[in-house]
Amino acid sequence: MSEHPDNPQTPGSEPLPPEDTAAKAALHTRRAFLFKLSLALNAAVGLVLAVPLVGYLLGPAMRKKNAAFGAWIALGSINDFPVGETRLASFRSPAATFDDGDTAKVACWVRRIADRQFQVFAINCAHLGCPVRWFAQSKLFLCPCHGGAYYEDGTRASGPPERGLFEYQYQLAGDSLMIHAGDMPTLATQASCKQKPLIQIAPAAPETASAARSEWPA
Amino acid sequence: MASLKQRAIAAGLKSYEWLERRLGLIRPLTAAATHPTPANNASWWYVFGSAATVLLLLQVVTGILLALVYSPSANEAWTSLGILNHNIPLGWYLRALHGWGSDFMIAIVLIHVVQVFLFGAYKFPRELTWIFGVGLLLLTLGMAFTGQVMRFDQDAYWGLGIGASIMSRVPFIGAPLVHLLLGGPIIGGATLSRFFTLHVFVIPGLLLAFAFVHIFMTLKHGVSDWPMPGRLVRRSTYEREYHELTAKTGIPFVPDAAWKDAVFAAAIVFAVMACAFYFGPFGPTGTPDPTIIQSVPKPDFAFLWIYAVLAFLPANLETAAVLIAPVLIIAAMLALPLVAGEGERHWARRPVAVLMVSVIALTLAIFTHLGAYTPWSPIMEAWTADPIPPKYLEGRTPLERQGALVLQDKQCRNCHSLAGAGGQRGPALDAIASRMTQDQIIRQVLQGGGNMPAYGNALSPSETKALMRFLMTLHGDLAPAVDASRDLTHVDPTQPPQPAAPAPKTQ
Repeated sequence: MSEHPDNPQTPGSEPLPPEDTAAKAALHTRRAFLFKLSLALNAAVGLVLAVPLVGYLLGPAMRKKNAAFGAWIALGSINDFPVGETRLASFRSPAATFDDGDTAKVACWVRRIADRQFQVFAINCAHLGCPVRWFAQSKLFLCPCHGGAYYEDGTRASGPPERGLFEYQYQLAGDSLMIHAGDMPTLATQASCKQKPLIQIAPAAPETASAARSEWPA
Repeated sequence: MASLKQRAIAAGLKSYEWLERRLGLIRPLTAAATHPTPANNASWWYVFGSAATVLLLLQVVTGILLALVYSPSANEAWTSLGILNHNIPLGWYLRALHGWGSDFMIAIVLIHVVQVFLFGAYKFPRELTWIFGVGLLLLTLGMAFTGQVMRFDQDAYWGLGIGASIMSRVPFIGAPLVHLLLGGPIIGGATLSRFFTLHVFVIPGLLLAFAFVHIFMTLKHGVSDWPMPGRLVRRSTYEREYHELTAKTGIPFVPDAAWKDAVFAAAIVFAVMACAFYFGPFGPTGTPDPTIIQSVPKPDFAFLWIYAVLAFLPANLETAAVLIAPVLIIAAMLALPLVAGEGERHWARRPVAVLMVSVIALTLAIFTHLGAYTPWSPIMEAWTADPIPPKYLEGRTPLERQGALVLQDKQCRNCHSLAGAGGQRGPALDAIASRMTQDQIIRQVLQGGGNMPAYGNALSPSETKALMRFLMTLHGDLAPAVDASRDLTHVDPTQPPQPAAPAPKTQ
């Protein structure tokens, strides 16, 4: 009321003019109260409704961070991969659903270093995920998108990638080469590659993940 | 007959009265359409906003027609595009209209933004109109990106991969964001479904709502008058001046100003029709099968510049730039009318504005041009597809020719061109020996550096020597570069004896 133009000196304690009192009273009628009540009721219903809607929407992102995801996949007999060579292999993603079609297929590069020693690389470039190609003569993986290059052991050779190729965990079950596959490999599991140039795509150990997060420049 | 005509007119009027009494929309809409507008803005420069609206309607219509056939399932989308292209009568033309309509809409919206910016039309009282316009620009680009995904081919697949890779760089919540974007752990059916939802329901709904508010505000404030040097916008006086101008020089928007909008919109729609007819639909390229790695993914025209920027950013700046720059750019565009809501409107008095538009347009044009021919990408087939030009083999020793074979076999040509053929990622090798000494060449080949991988593990000593000898013959019209101290020491047995005969001609 202090901004009242007629008498700017009016102290706040002075009784209100009758028309102001009436206006103030009009805001507190039964109708006004019922209207506010109806608004509050709708807000409450809306909030409760929003929980399942938002939960449904965020469903794909809500997976528990450390929950094991993915599965061991057989890539075939180790005899399909000659020692000293790097060959393309493919498998169907364990995350495939009913309508994924060809997109459920995943390719990977299998390098057989020695009789029972392998490296299995994701084809996705660590820069922006384009499919890298292996060139046996120059022993390089080259990316067609922005020219990232990697050596035969997956380490970064040149170009925009800030780290080496993503590598799958593998194990040998008799003569069968198994890899652990799940997520499409991206940088998301780690923010910086300074400590570990090659991380396994299987669920990261919690301490590794937290160390990587703390590496992130603020 | 006259009485019949009069009776027909009377009946028409009566039914109009009946309708309007109940509907109540015709009269206010007519009044809005015929509102007076200053005569000086009935200009060909003021036609882009309405053309963008017409293109939006064209996209809505063609999009609905395409949705009659298109199957938004990762399993079937690519096949349904083929059916649209080849089996459904005129399906190819509808796809072409929708694709070309999209490119034209982006272009017209951008021109509209530039025109409004240069004319200072975003200033008081049209700040909010501009802000909604920025939203419309972003939504239009969002339609273009999600539309590229609808064309569910290899480019769409790897484009989604790039989107996911960028998302994965967000600190802390990268992984949930990737899963949210893809609808799951991989690119697949869920991904296409959510992009379909965005492309068909969410973004068009927002686009139409924003366009409605944008046009409503344009009507409320009137189309901005033609800017004059020295006539400043002031919050206290602008609206009065505008109304005086309208009262003095006003002409009805429909038909006296709108005919230019109509002519331009018709020309643009005709251009879309012609491009669609002559150039046909975009793609689809190969099936979205990620095991087909013989793929060179490329984004659509509107995003080529981003593709180029991502090639040039240094690795240590990339994440920061990719995540922060868009926020800054959008924030700057939104803040523009709030910061510069008053003052000079005419471009001749706003050199910074003109400079900004020039620099941004030039930058986008250069990056788009670079993105169109991707000099940074290795050419994956060059080592087998582009032979060594015969002139570079004439008069060479067997060892040097062996070196040419090494050059070819080790995929050097994927990044290095000879006589214009080959990759452009690295420098052309036609005259490499005039710039580098043999020691420098050996060091560069074996150790790499400066964007070149090290070939130390991929080359035997004899291959290295042969390659170096061949490269040393490529010195153009100049003498090969030599290390000046070499002559003094004479310690290197690999140094070829000073040739008695002139070096073999390369040209």
